[in-house]
Amino acid sequence: MSLELQQLEFNYPDQGFAFSLPGIVIHPGECVAIVGPSGSGKTTLLNLVAGILTPIEGNVTLNGLNLSALDTRCRRLHRLRHMGMIFQSFELLDYLDVRDNVLLQARLCSEITVDDALEERARNIVTELGLHGKWRRNIQTLSQGERQRVAVCRALLLDPVLVLADEPSGNLDPANKLAVLNRLVDDCKQRQRILLTVTHDHSLLTTFDRVIDIAALAENLVSTV
Amino acid sequence: MNDLFYLSWQYIRHHKNKLLILIFAITLVIWLPIAIKSVVDQTAAQLLDRANNTPLVIGAPGSPLELALGSLYFRTQTPATLTFDELNNVEATGYASAIPLYYRFNAQGHPIVGTNPEYLKYRQLQFAKGRPVALLGEAVLGADVARKLNLTVGDFVVSSPENVFDISGVYPLKMTVVGILKPAFSPDDQAVFVDIKTSWVIQGLGHGHQDLNNESAIGQVLKKDGSNIVANASVVQYNEITPENIASFHFHGDYSQYPVSAIIPVARNKKSAALLIGHYREDRESVQILRSERVIAELLDTVVTVRNYIFIGITAVGLATCVIALLVFLLSLRLRHGERFTLARIGASQWQIYLLMATEISSVLLVSACLSILLVLATQRFGIQVLQQLILT
Repeated sequence: MSLELQQLEFNYPDQGFAFSLPGIVIHPGECVAIVGPSGSGKTTLLNLVAGILTPIEGNVTLNGLNLSALDTRCRRLHRLRHMGMIFQSFELLDYLDVRDNVLLQARLCSEITVDDALEERARNIVTELGLHGKWRRNIQTLSQGERQRVAVCRALLLDPVLVLADEPSGNLDPANKLAVLNRLVDDCKQRQRILLTVTHDHSLLTTFDRVIDIAALAENLVSTV
Repeated sequence: MNDLFYLSWQYIRHHKNKLLILIFAITLVIWLPIAIKSVVDQTAAQLLDRANNTPLVIGAPGSPLELALGSLYFRTQTPATLTFDELNNVEATGYASAIPLYYRFNAQGHPIVGTNPEYLKYRQLQFAKGRPVALLGEAVLGADVARKLNLTVGDFVVSSPENVFDISGVYPLKMTVVGILKPAFSPDDQAVFVDIKTSWVIQGLGHGHQDLNNESAIGQVLKKDGSNIVANASVVQYNEITPENIASFHFHGDYSQYPVSAIIPVARNKKSAALLIGHYREDRESVQILRSERVIAELLDTVVTVRNYIFIGITAVGLATCVIALLVFLLSLRLRHGERFTLARIGASQWQIYLLMATEISSVLLVSACLSILLVLATQRFGIQVLQQLILT
């Protein structure tokens, strides 16, 4: 039930960007922050883990399944079913209400049927994250903090083994960013999920079990808080 | 699949105003040219049908188009007239029988057509209620007139004065409705039919008043010379023809010199029709005879030319609308770039994303096409009637 990154190599030839990473193992329930300067490859690493990008060399293994060996379709389906993704700008659909945004990933997944049970589960997650009473509210009527919490609900709905968060608190005020992150970390601990978060905000690093400085990692340096 | 359609429906619902405007514009562009063609074609067919059923018309010299429209549709302001004597002339040729038409007056906007009983037979008009005109002062109403004026047998219809400021002009005549015609879907539905003598009464050529030979009228008589009696203005003139006063109605002068707007000659056969045309073209210069089909065909040529110009204009507007719609779709796709990116990162397939994006365009086009079809069907069914109502009101 772990995430293993084995000697990953990737490049964007037209942009002169090259990325090389030694082996990393992240265990269930572990919350990891990835830091590093702009352009160091933090988001690229998340995309490699998610299976959106394919490494030139090396493997991404989740629960013993080598994602890098799968074709694009299988990687996509695996991502849809077993991963939750949270983005800096929330990436919610403005024409959907809270309920439908939370259920979006489930609706795209052919293995999942959106039935009453799933809807009840979605409603419970929404309530747990403090959005009680906003169930049928349109996204545009919510505050920034509320929107990010909806994005977190969407990522957690299908009980993913891996949550990937790209600057999840980047657009939030200090009070909201800590609240959202604490909820996320607590949930991952409680349900033994792996949380991999890209962040620029060093004030939040104490929340995580481990911090990986991607620039230092290139020189085989891994720091643990 | 259902989930995708659900998401598409949510998008459409959220952007309903934008999409409704697009649907409205595209529907108009599809519907307008088809509607115009349909209405023009139906109008042309109706015009030609009426003209074909009335091959010949005789009238006073002047505009053939005005004579044709007047005699076929009773739509002319002050028709030129010929004398009733011409009716006898037509029948004297032996080529045709003749039906007089006098359509100078109207009742609340509906033409009063003075004619004889042969006209209803000639047009194969049938009665829904009542009977044909038998007496002076009786009227038979076309189906639309009865419906619009809410009249039935036994009610009254009053002729409208030609000019309210002309105190010496035509006075209203109250006429008894004795029959209602079944709908014929022709201009006859819009007309009030009376005996031609009744239309002369409306004009004032015939009138009824109190008996001046009676002793009670002695104070109103100014001069008495044999059968000629001159009275003052206090003599009571009747504006309604009743069984009690019908005997007092009389005409001054010679019937043969009274006016008619047109005569429909009913030729015995094609040869008679040709001979009648020849007779009028060679021998008679004070009247004209026309083949109404030819006159109407010339009118339709003009209408079709106008239609073609309208088509060109609508096509240009349509092209502009299509380009604008395309631009709106492209801008919409561009605005939804972020949404496509998000869906792809979450794990949606390209097919799912394309379907979501295509639903907006396909739904707009589909709804527009359906609306256009409905409107075209409605236009084909009701277009002519609506157009006629608009023109008449």
